[in-house]
Amino acid sequence: MTRDTLILAFWLVLLVLIQTLVLNHIYFFGFINPNLYLLFIFLYPFETKRSNFLIVSFLFGFCIDIFSNTGGVNAAATVATAYFSLPILNLILNKQDNDFKLFKLNNEPVIRIVTYVTILTFLHHFILFGLEYFNLKEIGTILFKTFTNGLFTIVLIVLSILLTRKNKFMNQ
Amino acid sequence: MQQIAYFIEKYKYFLLFLLLEIIAIGFTIQSHSYHKSQFFNSANAISGGLLEKSTSIFEYGVLKKDNQRLAEENARLRSLVSSDSLHPENIGSLSIENKYISAKVIQNSYTKRNNILTINKGRLDGIAIDMGVVNNTGIIGVVNKVSNNYATVLSVLNSNSKINARLKKNNYFGTLTWNGQNYRFSQLLDIQRQADIQIGDTIVSGGKSILFPDNTPIGIIKSFDATNKSYDNIEVELFMDMSNIGYVYAIQNIDKEEILELQKND
Repeated sequence: MTRDTLILAFWLVLLVLIQTLVLNHIYFFGFINPNLYLLFIFLYPFETKRSNFLIVSFLFGFCIDIFSNTGGVNAAATVATAYFSLPILNLILNKQDNDFKLFKLNNEPVIRIVTYVTILTFLHHFILFGLEYFNLKEIGTILFKTFTNGLFTIVLIVLSILLTRKNKFMNQ
Repeated sequence: MQQIAYFIEKYKYFLLFLLLEIIAIGFTIQSHSYHKSQFFNSANAISGGLLEKSTSIFEYGVLKKDNQRLAEENARLRSLVSSDSLHPENIGSLSIENKYISAKVIQNSYTKRNNILTINKGRLDGIAIDMGVVNNTGIIGVVNKVSNNYATVLSVLNSNSKINARLKKNNYFGTLTWNGQNYRFSQLLDIQRQADIQIGDTIVSGGKSILFPDNTPIGIIKSFDATNKSYDNIEVELFMDMSNIGYVYAIQNIDKEEILELQKND
C-alpha cells in the first residue's frame, strides 16, 4: 500500500509540473490549452471510501490554480469530477462497489475507457469554463471552449492510458 | 440526535464534496473581484521560483524575437534623443516623473476570461501594487499582488481591467475594457458622441491615469457603430501582442503619492 501511495504521489507532482510548466504554454490553433492533469482522476485507485480521493483532488486542483492564477476553478472542477467519477463508472461498466479491489481501468475494452474518459472530461471542462466566465450570456463561448479543449484533453488522456497498458503487456 | 448522526453518516461524501466545492468557489469569487483578488497566487517563492526556472529554459527559443524588439526600441529611443526636445543637453532640464523597472514575464495567459501575468521582480526590487506595466509596444497591465521577489500583473485582457484611454488626435477619453473574445481586440467604452472618431484612429493612454504616462500607445480603432446618441462596440486592435511578451517595464510614478494626497483632500 505504501509503495502504491508513493507512486501516486510521484505522479501527482509530475502531473502538476507537466501541466503548469509545459502544457500551460501550449496553445493549439492559438486558443486550445489541453488539461492533461485530469489524468490523475483515472490514475487514482478506486475505493469505496472516497473522502481521501475528494480531499486529494481538491488539493491537486488547487496547486494548478496557484500556478495559473485562476482562483479556485480547477479545484472546484476536479473535486466535482472526482465525486461523479464513481457513479458514472457504475453506470458505464456495470461495476458493483465490491468489484473495485481488483478493478483496473486499463483492462477494460477501449471503447468503454473512451466513453468514461469523454463524459468525465466534458463534465470537468464545463465546470471549469463555466466558473471561469461566470456569466450566462457567455454560454456559447463556454460550450465552444468545453468542446474544443475537451477534445484535445480526451485524446491526450486516452493515449496516456493506452500507452501504460502497452507497457504492461510487454512486462508479462 | 441519532438521526443527525445517521444523516451525516449516510451523506458524508456528499457533505464533504459540498464543503470542498464551497471553498473552491469562494476562492473563485474572491479572484473575480479586483484588489481582494487571490489570497493565493503565483507570486510566492515556490511557484514563482519554478515558473522562473522553466521560463529560463524556454527563453532560448524567443531570443531572436527579443533581440529584434530591443533593436527596434533602441532605434526609436535614438531618434527621440536626436530630436531637439530630448537633446542630451536639454535632458537635465526636464522633470523626470517616472522611473522604469525592467522585469521578465515568467507566466502569461491570454485565452482565459481573466488573464494574469507573473513577473520576476517584487517588493525588494521596488515593485508596488497599482504600478502600471508597459512594454515598448504599449500597455500590458497593472500590478495586482506583490511578494518579496515576484509580482502578479492584471493583464489588459481581464474583466477587472479598466484603463483610461483617449483619442490621440483630440482629448476625448473613454475606458478600455475586454469582452473575453479575441486577445487581439479590446473594447473602448464611454466615448462622447460629439467626438469625431474614424476607423484607423490611434488610441493612447489618457493623462488622467496616474498609472501610465500620457500618450502611451494602445491600439487603433478597427470598427464601431454610431447611433444618434452614442458610439457602440468600438473595437480597438491592440498594438501589443499579448501572446508574446518577454520583458516589460513597471512604471514608478514619483509624483503619485502627491497626486493621490491632493485628490483625497478634495
